[in-house]
Amino acid sequence: MTITTSTLALDIKDLELAYVVRGINRPVLRGVSFSIKPGEAYGLVGESGCGKSTTAYAALRYMPRNGVITGGHILVDGDDITAMNRNQLREFRMHKASMVYQDPGTALNPTLKISKQLVEAFTILGQSRDHAHASAIAALQRVQIADPDRVMGRYPHQLSGGMLQRVVIAMALACDPKLLVLDEPTTGLDATVEAEVLDLVRNLRSETGAAILLIAHNLGVIRSMCDRVGVMYAGKIVEEGDASEVFDGPKHPYTVGLLRSLPRRGMHKRHAALATIPGSLPVLGSDLPTCVYVDRCPIVSDVCRNEVPPIAQLSSGHYTRCHHPDQVAKIDDLVPANLRDAGDQTVLQMEVSKTFRQSGHDVPALVGVNLSLTDGETLGLVGESGSGKTTLAKAILGVHAGDAGSRLTLDQHELASKITKRSTDDKRAMQIIFQNPDSALNASWTVRNILQRSVRKLTGKNKIDADARVAILAEHLRLSPRHLDMKPSQLSGGLKQRVAIARAFAGDPRIVVCDEPTSALDVSVQAAILNLLAELQSEQRTSYVFISHDLGVVRYLADRIAVMYLGRIMEVGTTDQIFGGVNHPYTEALLSAVPNLDGAPSRRIKLAGEIPSPANPPSGCVFHPRCPRAIAGLCETAEPPVVEVSVGHAIRCHIPPAELRALQSAN
Amino acid sequence: MARYIVRRVLLSIVTLWLLATIVFLMTWVLPSDPARLILGAQAPEQSVAAFRLRVGLDDSFFAQYFRLIKGLVTFDFGHSWKYETYEVWDYLRTPLAKTSKLAIIAMIITAPISILAGLIAAKFRDRKLDRGIVLVGLAASSIPEFVTGALLAVVFGLKLEWFEPVYSTEAEKLSLWGQLSYLMLPALALALAYFGYIARMMRAGTIRALDSDYVRTATMKGLSSTQVMSRHVLRNAAAPTITVMSVQIGYLVSGIIGVELVFNYPGFSRVLLDAAIDGDLPVLQVAVIVSALIYMVATLMADLLIAWLNPRARLELGAS
Repeated sequence: MTITTSTLALDIKDLELAYVVRGINRPVLRGVSFSIKPGEAYGLVGESGCGKSTTAYAALRYMPRNGVITGGHILVDGDDITAMNRNQLREFRMHKASMVYQDPGTALNPTLKISKQLVEAFTILGQSRDHAHASAIAALQRVQIADPDRVMGRYPHQLSGGMLQRVVIAMALACDPKLLVLDEPTTGLDATVEAEVLDLVRNLRSETGAAILLIAHNLGVIRSMCDRVGVMYAGKIVEEGDASEVFDGPKHPYTVGLLRSLPRRGMHKRHAALATIPGSLPVLGSDLPTCVYVDRCPIVSDVCRNEVPPIAQLSSGHYTRCHHPDQVAKIDDLVPANLRDAGDQTVLQMEVSKTFRQSGHDVPALVGVNLSLTDGETLGLVGESGSGKTTLAKAILGVHAGDAGSRLTLDQHELASKITKRSTDDKRAMQIIFQNPDSALNASWTVRNILQRSVRKLTGKNKIDADARVAILAEHLRLSPRHLDMKPSQLSGGLKQRVAIARAFAGDPRIVVCDEPTSALDVSVQAAILNLLAELQSEQRTSYVFISHDLGVVRYLADRIAVMYLGRIMEVGTTDQIFGGVNHPYTEALLSAVPNLDGAPSRRIKLAGEIPSPANPPSGCVFHPRCPRAIAGLCETAEPPVVEVSVGHAIRCHIPPAELRALQSAN
Repeated sequence: MARYIVRRVLLSIVTLWLLATIVFLMTWVLPSDPARLILGAQAPEQSVAAFRLRVGLDDSFFAQYFRLIKGLVTFDFGHSWKYETYEVWDYLRTPLAKTSKLAIIAMIITAPISILAGLIAAKFRDRKLDRGIVLVGLAASSIPEFVTGALLAVVFGLKLEWFEPVYSTEAEKLSLWGQLSYLMLPALALALAYFGYIARMMRAGTIRALDSDYVRTATMKGLSSTQVMSRHVLRNAAAPTITVMSVQIGYLVSGIIGVELVFNYPGFSRVLLDAAIDGDLPVLQVAVIVSALIYMVATLMADLLIAWLNPRARLELGAS
């Protein structure tokens, strides 16, 4: 059409897309329009099911088998890809657009070496085999892989997630695309690795000038990467604008809801409960009300129910589909919390080491972990994957028996190291909530059966008493009686996790281990679950061991935090101490890797390399090979002492706290 | 890998020993007297007693058991009881070769066709072509092979006269090419029976690979669907099919009695059956162990092939 539109990297116009289910079109995208200029980065946010991934894949015209485009156009670099035939589409994907996927582990063919898969991306462009091989090596260097030859000879399962994602990015950049679509590229990666991959994408973007469409549920990631954002809800973009404008001055109630349900910097459960969005997304393909958000909106009025909201232009490039953009400021900000503080009576004392035997070698997974837990306290465990968080949780629960000399003391009596040797009372006292409720709940049982069985197993109650107990549990967790007769597959993710929590609380536990309980959930659902956990704790004086890679969540919920690295506690302190002051260099790096939601520039501390194998731990301080502050001659030879910085705040480091403080405030 | 193979071979030896023991125990507890079975109901009591003495049926339990084990270890299985001039191995060798020939021809016919059919069905999933292939496969494998065999013999043998309707020893005078006319119909009957299994496995494996993320990656790279199939799908889709085929090869050698009877084919299954009916214990014991051995070799080959195709399977082998 006009010259301006033809120069856009991506121009999606009134896109309507439906999934055909039993012969009936179920609309998924309902008139999505947005455009990305060359070199621009555009982010799409929204809860799962809002259509953001469908939009991302549609930008390369990739749809599920039952997907059909029922209206609108998708123009990439001026070409309408909705009108292309199969060969044109193939040429288009080959030369103009590429994609980076959520799970790099499955995005690569497990049976082929990296070399074969990467070289292929160049040979299809017409390069000779040798030329393509050279290009592949260069591409790996471009994504900052230090040893390309070694990586080329590996199979995907032999590489870490961060490394695989670099390979996928290298592959995506093979054709020098005009448009690069990234679908949750860092979900599932550690914060430190996430930060590195994002840095890489940022650098490559300025280098290549490719336009970027980024999908992420992590709003901090979007904020730190994108120039403009679109907020999607029920297959529509409800608000769009510059990232700073949308995040700092949201003008759609849904955007406000999303942002407020996140634990923001400095927020703690003692101060306020997290805001939640009541209700859930409309069912896929259902008829929509006039305003898509009307059922969940806190500022809904009659006009919202009767008229489709017009596009309210707020400034150039910032619009919202809301009747009352001026009223979003009135939405209640903080819900005051009324929680009891943690007590000072020690519930669990742990002194645990755990060594695995692997093909004849000792693999120390936990080394002298010494921690305690008081009543009603939440102890946050943080650290990269492989740091030993889950192993510690399993040792506490008795899944792994600790090495000789390990001691677990629960309420003044020593626990057997193996769960099979523990009494029913001890088992009842310690329960777990898993990350993925889908695999943790028996899919062929009703919720009622699942809960009843736990109650009866743990408390020895008879059927009638157990029924009563299940009803009480359900009420506590806000599960309606209707939900009790459903099977897990009929429940949403949030409800399933509630069932899992109810199961853990079936026998009034003293301690509940929460292993990434909200990382599979949307932010609004996460907020509700975190609130619920805080309330339950306050009422029942339960102690939590809370494992999470999301430092924002840990900061909100935890009273104390232990930072783990290679099976050792590197730092332990109250939440305020950890986030407020002098830190172990590892903690410092972890904290700096978290993408900020408030847009403040963060000075990131880069860690060299990956977490070493526990089978072959570095000498001296295990962190020294990656430590930016390592003292040559000391850190690689001597194990660092544990230094008490202030009461309850200990750091395992050679550098004296005063010096660390000076180094860290210099940043 | 070498360690894995050694372990598998050792495990197979243990399995064979257990099997030999079970077979021995079963023949031991049989109510009928093998000597009586061999010599017939009319035979005088003295000849039965003499026979029992000659073959060692009156020896103690352990003596007989160790004789069997010793025979297996030294590959000296003794003579057939029924046809005393034959050594057991010589007696089994020819039918085993015959059956193997038939099984190989059946596999040559069925494997490429059913693998291709599975691929096509997966590619055109839920469309008419797919439904057709699945239906044909299901029908072919649910009709017993002796029924299809009989039908084939009537239609292609008697009516159309394309092939010989039954096997005859005449065939043995001909070249392999000439024998095909005799072997075609029994092989086809077997091929039809296995078409369904293999095609269905291939279809399932292919669909799983087609739905995978790495195939999505390959498509997004701009590869054509043929390139995607040959470079990314086949390798990943093959594993379950290979497993099924190896099980079938084991079965083809000893379990095709229906086809052998219909076509009057003097194969291994018939020897096995006859030995069981006649009470020819040495032949029966060795035949059972030979068929188990073939089965084990086939599955080992399949596992190694899968490991070669898929490095992750290789990892599992190393770890197990």
